[in-house]
Amino acid sequence: MYFKKNKLGLLKEHEITDEKLYINRRQFINKATLLAGIAALPLQALASSPGRAISKYKGLQKSPFSTVEDLTSYDSVTTYNNFYEFGVDKNDPAKNATEFPDKSEPWRVVIDGECDNPGEYDLEKLIKPFTLEERIYRLRCVEGWSMVIPWIGFSLADLLKQAQPNSKAKYVEFNTLYNPQQMPGQQSSVLKWPYVEGLRIDEAMNPLSFLATGLYGNELLGQNGAPLRLVTPWKYGFKSIKSITQIRFVEKEPVSSWMVAGPAEYGFYSNVNPDVSHPRWSQSRERRIGEVLKRKTTLFNGYEEQVGHLYTGMDLKKHF
Amino acid sequence: MSSRLFKGSLFIVFLMPLVVLLFGLFNEQLGANPIEVLTRDTGQWALRFLLISLSISPLRLLFGWHFLAPIRRMVGLYCFFYASVHMLLYIWLDQFFNLGDIIDDIIERPFITVGVISFLALIPLAVTSNDKMKKRLGSERWKKLHSLVYFIGMAGALHFFMLVKKDITEPLIYIAILVILLGIRLFRYGRRKLISF
Repeated sequence: MYFKKNKLGLLKEHEITDEKLYINRRQFINKATLLAGIAALPLQALASSPGRAISKYKGLQKSPFSTVEDLTSYDSVTTYNNFYEFGVDKNDPAKNATEFPDKSEPWRVVIDGECDNPGEYDLEKLIKPFTLEERIYRLRCVEGWSMVIPWIGFSLADLLKQAQPNSKAKYVEFNTLYNPQQMPGQQSSVLKWPYVEGLRIDEAMNPLSFLATGLYGNELLGQNGAPLRLVTPWKYGFKSIKSITQIRFVEKEPVSSWMVAGPAEYGFYSNVNPDVSHPRWSQSRERRIGEVLKRKTTLFNGYEEQVGHLYTGMDLKKHF
Repeated sequence: MSSRLFKGSLFIVFLMPLVVLLFGLFNEQLGANPIEVLTRDTGQWALRFLLISLSISPLRLLFGWHFLAPIRRMVGLYCFFYASVHMLLYIWLDQFFNLGDIIDDIIERPFITVGVISFLALIPLAVTSNDKMKKRLGSERWKKLHSLVYFIGMAGALHFFMLVKKDITEPLIYIAILVILLGIRLFRYGRRKLISF
């Protein structure tokens, strides 16, 4: 469709598509595409309707690390989740985490291990010194799908520096809350609880490593890892541990829950890499949620410029 | 109810899983990743129809439900139908007809290898399912060929078992049913052998 612009280069009021109509149109296109055979169509954005407009956070700082790609819809981001603490199906967390986290008690985070300034903090206090910013990151799941999510939070390095890690701090280990009452999925032994993840200290200090407290202009919901979660966009999604209660500096490489569950399938690094295949999922391509056909996966999920130097000289097939 | 009416109504009932899926697709009820749901569910229905077709003989044997006999072929063909849709979705929406990628996938991923083998093994059964082919092959040879279905059932269940990430409950249920159905047949076979002595 072609709109004639006025002198200021702006569309007139009546020419601007009403949001609802826009979404409907998109949905229609999406369905029609599926039906009619998609051969001729390019791969970009068939769905991804705009998300919520209401915002709790105002005047957030924008980040140079943000992508300009179309956002994955708010509905998809908040209903299609892997969070085994709330069930193994993708739609389980949204159903089972509605009361999470329990707002009656403050969320506590322990920071300890090889550092000079350990401590236990109420979340409010912990995040107070940091300026929240918005980061629009790609998220690539090991299962072969991906999203684009506008996170809100702050740089992990800022928090870690405050704890003053010592020279023995070679790695950072993260723990999720262990509370089978609040997290019914922990009553099953599908994974080793609590969920553990880890980063090498230089990975953790990389400016891309992000601690999120919100998304889409609002606080995180339970299913997305409220109230505090890690986001490492160049690694498969399971590395971005949710609902963090402990951050510990350690000397030895931490053993993550997924490494315990399938040592041949899930390595410590788990960097997005189209050339290192997983026995179950082709990692060469991915389905962006909202699109029909798959797109090519890029090395380090497209963040090679920011993180590539962390792995120079390493055999990424061996250190998968 | 006449046998024809019985078969006709089941023909429609067996189409319902696909109708429900398509309805869900066009009403946006399949969640954020509808293609994954379509692929997964058509695969599961293929496996379910295979188990239904395998349970018809035991049901006749144990409960004398001989009215089920005329629908066995249709059930088997429905298994093939859902398996074909499942396969088509994979070739079309996952691999976009790229033969090189498909071959790489079959070689690299054992669960795909097993899945493709079980689909390919279904083809001769579907092709020889009509009376004409049955006659042409002769009852003994036809039976031999169609005993492939046990292998296909095992391969299909294994395919499912291998692809789930961690929660293996569902594939284990299919495997358990399969083992029971095979067990009944083996038991019967063993007893018959004893009697013939």
